[in-house]
Amino acid sequence: MSALLSAEAVEKRFAVPRNLPDMLLRRPHRAVHALSGVSVAVHAGETLGIVGESGCGKSTLARALVRLHRPDAGMVRFEGDDIASLTGPALLRFNRAVQMVFQDPFASLNPRMTVGATLAEALRVHHIVAEADIQARVLALLDQVQLPASAAARHPHEFSGGQRQRIGIARALAVEPRVIIADEPVSALDVSVQAQIVNLFMELQERLGLALVFITHDLRLVRHMTHRVAVMYLGRVVETGPTQTLFAAPRHPYTRALISAVPSLTPGQPKAEAVRGELPSPLNPPSGCAFHPRCPIAEPRCAVEAPNLDATGLACWLG
Amino acid sequence: MSLVVRDLRVVFNTRSGPVWAVDGVDLEVAPGSVLGLVGESGSGKSVTLRAIARLLHGHAKVSGAVSWQGEDVLAMPPDRLRRLRGAEIGIVFQEPMAALNPVLSIGQQIDESLVAHTVLDTKSRRARALELLDLVGISAGATRLGQYPHEFSGGMRQRAMIAIALASAPKLLLADEPTTALDVTIQDQILRLLLRLKDELGMALVLVTHDLGVVAQTCERVSVMYAGRVCETGKVSEVFAHPRHAYTQALLRAMPGEQIGAKLVPIPGQAPRLDAPSPGCAFQPRCTAREPICATQRPSFTELATRRFACHAGARL
Repeated sequence: MSALLSAEAVEKRFAVPRNLPDMLLRRPHRAVHALSGVSVAVHAGETLGIVGESGCGKSTLARALVRLHRPDAGMVRFEGDDIASLTGPALLRFNRAVQMVFQDPFASLNPRMTVGATLAEALRVHHIVAEADIQARVLALLDQVQLPASAAARHPHEFSGGQRQRIGIARALAVEPRVIIADEPVSALDVSVQAQIVNLFMELQERLGLALVFITHDLRLVRHMTHRVAVMYLGRVVETGPTQTLFAAPRHPYTRALISAVPSLTPGQPKAEAVRGELPSPLNPPSGCAFHPRCPIAEPRCAVEAPNLDATGLACWLG
Repeated sequence: MSLVVRDLRVVFNTRSGPVWAVDGVDLEVAPGSVLGLVGESGSGKSVTLRAIARLLHGHAKVSGAVSWQGEDVLAMPPDRLRRLRGAEIGIVFQEPMAALNPVLSIGQQIDESLVAHTVLDTKSRRARALELLDLVGISAGATRLGQYPHEFSGGMRQRAMIAIALASAPKLLLADEPTTALDVTIQDQILRLLLRLKDELGMALVLVTHDLGVVAQTCERVSVMYAGRVCETGKVSEVFAHPRHAYTQALLRAMPGEQIGAKLVPIPGQAPRLDAPSPGCAFQPRCTAREPICATQRPSFTELATRRFACHAGARL
């Protein structure tokens, strides 16, 4: 089965603004390497988890997948077409098929539009239904995310965090997408409300056969709701595979550290320290494998040469 | 017990009326032990912590009793309070960047604490500062002392905060979500550090968190808070294995756990408003185990061995 949406060796750099001393001293231009050759693919009806700590590039990847960032190298393909080359009707079709749900639904909803107007706008732009049927469709969407019909007449500030995230999901669903990219959609929510939204994602994904890219730093959630997972560290995918296999037998030392660092819900004395050292700065990444300064099993070679992701989904010289 | 809190209440008088943020909290902390204070947003856990250290502003009305080694904290005169805070009770906040002074070097900030709470001279204060950085796992201490908070990473800032809190060798450390802003591998290091320091220095630790996993891995006892009240207190192993309050049970079930792909059991509805307390149990509108009595009568505490819980349905959970 060919992938619905895929990133192929995507690179993305962000230039660091130069200040006066930089210019006077003629220091070289610097750049943050947010993504260094990232490849991931998601198929119809599948949930792909992307997991990693701050600065690993997971949000940049999300934005590259929905065409909010243009890759510096590599490409993102939707149904086989490079999305950077899309124009006109093909672009409109892509925009409709691939939707994003953001972490902070308050920042991504227009505070001056009622929820009904926000949803109706999406329906109108993409001519999803006839003008006369818009109101009915808005109500159907609210029902789909388990919000009352009365929500349509209210503004975003009248809702709690969990309800706002439901609105964000309804907005994404309005255009009948085939892929949803969700960037930390439940990170700002309390556990009890988080469970409601996680269940909603799982239900919708199954019922509508969506491809879901679920980006999070929470390993428990990834384990719970994804089919496949890609673990990122400093702009690279270090390990990828079916979620169950990856959690049962993690192969990359970073994946192992990450899994063992998650506090278990079973009370007891903590295990050995998961990993030493700090997260490196993406401005000044370590040479070779970016994880080598923290890696318990690093060899001299690791400091020199960066391993690529092999056919088995592992980027480690010692795997 | 070194810290005993009885019937602590905090009311904020806001323009739209009073808000009962903490509504009758009882806590005990034994020397050298770790108490977890766990709850969701708005449950009153941070306000409780701040009320214990008397860090709340004047518009907060605090009542009840906070006793520190037999002394009444709420009635302490300002100069005694100043010696208590920092010297006997250290505090670590969630956002080290907001709690540290951005225009003073880390060394100056540790020194401030040493000047205030010790009688050391300049030279021995510097030696002690280096010792403290070493203790919290910051290497190259001599260089680090001269650096400013913005030159530290998030995890290092939290370590520096802990070093400042430890400067006067406190007997109790109050930590308000100390790892919430940190990545999981760094959280692991900081929690481990806190536990090690607790053992080495014989401190007691109160850890406020929303993460049940953090409680399971670091605390001996836990108090679960909801809507400004403690609903259940007990040994972590017992509370997790067999919760006696419907909210504790619901919270544990809402966490993604061992059963992969299974539907989570969300808690229906939303956190209650604190400006209009109900006569019954605060969790009752969202509770699936509720009985008619729950809406009308606030459950009183049941004591069962080392456990205390306030739930009408507690016996049959």
